[in-house]
Amino acid sequence: MNDLLIDFLRGFTNSNDWSALLPEVLLALLALVILVADIVLPKGKCNWIYWVSIVGQLAILVLIGSTFAIVTQPDSNVLFGGLIEQTSSSQWMRGFFSLSALFITYIGRIYLSKHTLAHTEFYHLVLIVAAGMMLLVQSSHFIMLFVALETVTVAFYVLVAYGRTSSLSLEAGLKYLILGAMSSALLLFGIVLLYGVAGNPLLSGATGDSLNYNQLSTFIELNASNLLVQLGALLVLAGLFFKIGAFPFQIWVPDVYQGSPTPVTAYLAVASKAAGFSVLLVLVNGPFLPLSEILIPVLSVIAGATILFGNIAATSQRNVKRLMGLSGIAHAGYLLVGVVASLVVPWAYYAVLFYLFNYLFASFAVFGVMAITADSCDANQQLDDYRDLGRTQPFLGGVLAFGLGSLAGIPPLGGFIAKLFLLFAAFEAGLYSLLFISICGVVISIYYYFAWIREVFFSVESSDQNNRTVEFSTADSVVLAIIVVAIVLVGVYPGVLPLMQ
Amino acid sequence: MSTFDLDSLLLLSSILLPLIVGAFLLFGAFLNKATRCWISALGFGWPLTVAVLLACFFEENIGAYNYELCLPTGLQSIGIYLHLGLNAVSMPLFLLAGIVGFSAGLYAIFSQVDRPHLYLALLLFMLSGLLGTFASVDVFFFYFFHEFALIPTFIMIGIWGGSNRRSVALQMTIYLTLGAMLSLLGLIALYIASGAQSFSLPELRSYLAANPLSQTVQNNVYGLLLFGFGILVSLFPFHSWAPKGYASAPTGAAMLHAGVLKKFGLYGLLQLGWPLLPLGAVHWLPWIIWLALANILIIGLITIAQRDLKLMVGYSSVMHMGYAFLGIATFSVVGAGGVLLLLLAHGLSVALLFLLSTCIYQRSLTLDMQQMGGLATKAPVLAAFFIAATMASIGLPGFGNFWGEFTIFVALAEDVSTRWVVFPAAIGIIIAAIYGLRASANIFFGQPSSGFTERLQSGTIRDLELHEKLPATILIIALVVLGIFPRVVSDAANDELSASYSLSSESRFPEILLESPINKIQLEETHK
Repeated sequence: MNDLLIDFLRGFTNSNDWSALLPEVLLALLALVILVADIVLPKGKCNWIYWVSIVGQLAILVLIGSTFAIVTQPDSNVLFGGLIEQTSSSQWMRGFFSLSALFITYIGRIYLSKHTLAHTEFYHLVLIVAAGMMLLVQSSHFIMLFVALETVTVAFYVLVAYGRTSSLSLEAGLKYLILGAMSSALLLFGIVLLYGVAGNPLLSGATGDSLNYNQLSTFIELNASNLLVQLGALLVLAGLFFKIGAFPFQIWVPDVYQGSPTPVTAYLAVASKAAGFSVLLVLVNGPFLPLSEILIPVLSVIAGATILFGNIAATSQRNVKRLMGLSGIAHAGYLLVGVVASLVVPWAYYAVLFYLFNYLFASFAVFGVMAITADSCDANQQLDDYRDLGRTQPFLGGVLAFGLGSLAGIPPLGGFIAKLFLLFAAFEAGLYSLLFISICGVVISIYYYFAWIREVFFSVESSDQNNRTVEFSTADSVVLAIIVVAIVLVGVYPGVLPLMQ
Repeated sequence: MSTFDLDSLLLLSSILLPLIVGAFLLFGAFLNKATRCWISALGFGWPLTVAVLLACFFEENIGAYNYELCLPTGLQSIGIYLHLGLNAVSMPLFLLAGIVGFSAGLYAIFSQVDRPHLYLALLLFMLSGLLGTFASVDVFFFYFFHEFALIPTFIMIGIWGGSNRRSVALQMTIYLTLGAMLSLLGLIALYIASGAQSFSLPELRSYLAANPLSQTVQNNVYGLLLFGFGILVSLFPFHSWAPKGYASAPTGAAMLHAGVLKKFGLYGLLQLGWPLLPLGAVHWLPWIIWLALANILIIGLITIAQRDLKLMVGYSSVMHMGYAFLGIATFSVVGAGGVLLLLLAHGLSVALLFLLSTCIYQRSLTLDMQQMGGLATKAPVLAAFFIAATMASIGLPGFGNFWGEFTIFVALAEDVSTRWVVFPAAIGIIIAAIYGLRASANIFFGQPSSGFTERLQSGTIRDLELHEKLPATILIIALVVLGIFPRVVSDAANDELSASYSLSSESRFPEILLESPINKIQLEETHK
């Protein structure tokens, strides 16, 4: 036993390549630098902290982009004794989270400027979450997974309740805390079951390190019909379904999305969901792949129910943040269709990632406009508040239309191509009933997305709305314009996002 | 494959220029009226110029495309290229898009609307999508461009529409999205089931000729395409979006949508249905015939009952689609040629009718036909145009519609199994005559209602003005050319359709040849 441990430790230290984790390390350092800066800098210079965070993140984003080819040189890159595995998809996701954090920091300032809240901690937590998510998608070991996940989740508990002065934000924080803790418990219980059963020397293929994905994979392949294995895997997935807001675990979504500060809602809607999906993809295409006989029906039912629930529940929604939450559930459903398909057609894996990137652009366009138009109480934005935005603020109205159009999957926007790939994958995998449900979902979704666009552009005759002035800077319009260009570019020339090669 | 010669670049420019001009106008709130007019005239005029040029230099080479251009889009992994080109079937429709687009644009430039730069920009986007639809060789882009043209329609109805625009726009969007999603599903199904690894129409055609699909697959795919396209073309009972949508749409959008965009579905069935999925087409034959007859007879009777002028025109356009579906159901070259002619003629005549309806409304300030009357005394030119358009839409010889309907009837009669359809379908012509002539009589002649008499006497009613006359004249001339000399279209189309239709009949469905050896009949014989 002692030898085994020493071997393990030796292997561990030999593969400790910290340079491979440079972006995460730098992000964490940046987060600490911000905290220090808050103490060191004179009061009233919180602008500096913001700029430090933005510039630092831009540098890290460039770093991730420039090291892309190096990190993914061999097809997979196992580090830290099997705790971390870097693949081209995890590299894409690192870029994804870094991009999200950058944008959330940006609209975070818009939100904070309208409230009397502490600035530094917000920027700090956003960075911590990003670093945690990056580690999460690269983990190939359940310990790594759990630690990274908890880092992210605990930071989110704080972020969701960040609007201390708003009772809705506090309520959302409490809900997220309780349900998040429950989901972590489910996940942990699943991990424990798998650990116990895979370490049982009486079973064939018992492993030395039963939390390692690769070793677990060989074990599950030999014991796919073991009840404890199946139960453990399903519990692990249940924990993840909570993160992505899939059907039986979606109940927290509308309340938490509504109560959270808008930037946090955007972070939850985009990055948290994407993290859940990339872990789900890694798990079902890695250690749980031998269980695909059970996973395909279970995931299919959940995907169908998620699409229908999200879309139907969103139709009667007038609060825009709840609407985004519920429509986000519907998107989780489409993505789950892609996950199911990835068990049959491997390239569907990248179709899901492609969809996530388009979801990021589209959601950020919408959330960006939401953050700008919100007044001091941003939890109660109704569709009516957007009435005539297309006339008073044509630019914001246009950005919103592009974002919503892309979410609805209208050509020639990126969301359409993303949905197209998923439909293709589902077709090749032969998931005809899911295809049918997806189509129904898309048609229903037109109703509420278009209802929003209708409020923005199709003014009613006697418009007696209060002409609340919406102000935004040139920088805001540049950022939003970049997002719109990305949406259109991916739609017109999907080759700019070379995920599908 | 990808040759960058002048012709294909010209084709590409005709699609891109309206797009660029539209994008420029989108931010062109600051432009003064004259600049805006000239810039948008360029956007509307260039496609027509190109379409006419390309039509003049069109070389007939059967089974191949003229002016081909093939660009990568990053979707090569699933066989999608931006593949443009025109053959003898798509060339006339491309020209139609150019003509109707130019007339609609000409009228829109001079019409008084709120935020004209946005209005013109959306109309230009729509035109660009339309041209792209018919210039696409790649089936995916064929769909993509169609959707691209559809979005501005919804927005235009929502912003500038007439009565009930908010709910009509939403309803139409949902309904047409359903149709579009079903057809997209059908196209993906076709791609995956065929295994051709390509969305290019000629490649799909030759691949499927060698490896035909099984009966079940063909039935399912054809069903998806039929109902998906059916919704988009307002096949009974999926038509309810059309009359309301057209009645509410601003003139330019109604002209382009009813005149050109709606032809997408039928063009799709013409190119994809029988040539690629003959077994499926035969399976759905009874459905098509009965639904098309419902289009003609039921919608025809509903049209008679309309008092609202725009609703009547909208319903009549739904009704005429029934003839086109009957032509699709004949599976013969003659029938397919008839569909092509009808699509062209109907596109021109319905666009003209929508244009003139707006002109009438601007003079009478009502759309209720029973209140109007005697308008011919004040606006004789308008009356002449409207009556001519009505005659064309009824199918009077001399206008293009006649040849379309006539050849479809001939094709139906030639096949024993569909001969009976000619009788109920011919009743439709009588129905069309009833509502068309009654509308003309009610509006332009006879006793006006008391309120309308005052309006007539007030002296504010003027005859057609130049900016109304010009687009109407263009459309009428095109209709008459098509009516007097349909061979400009039919000669080349006949060879092209014979090639693609006989390929599918001989290689995959020999028994239909035994039943009806009609495919060799030349269109021109029926013209004489």
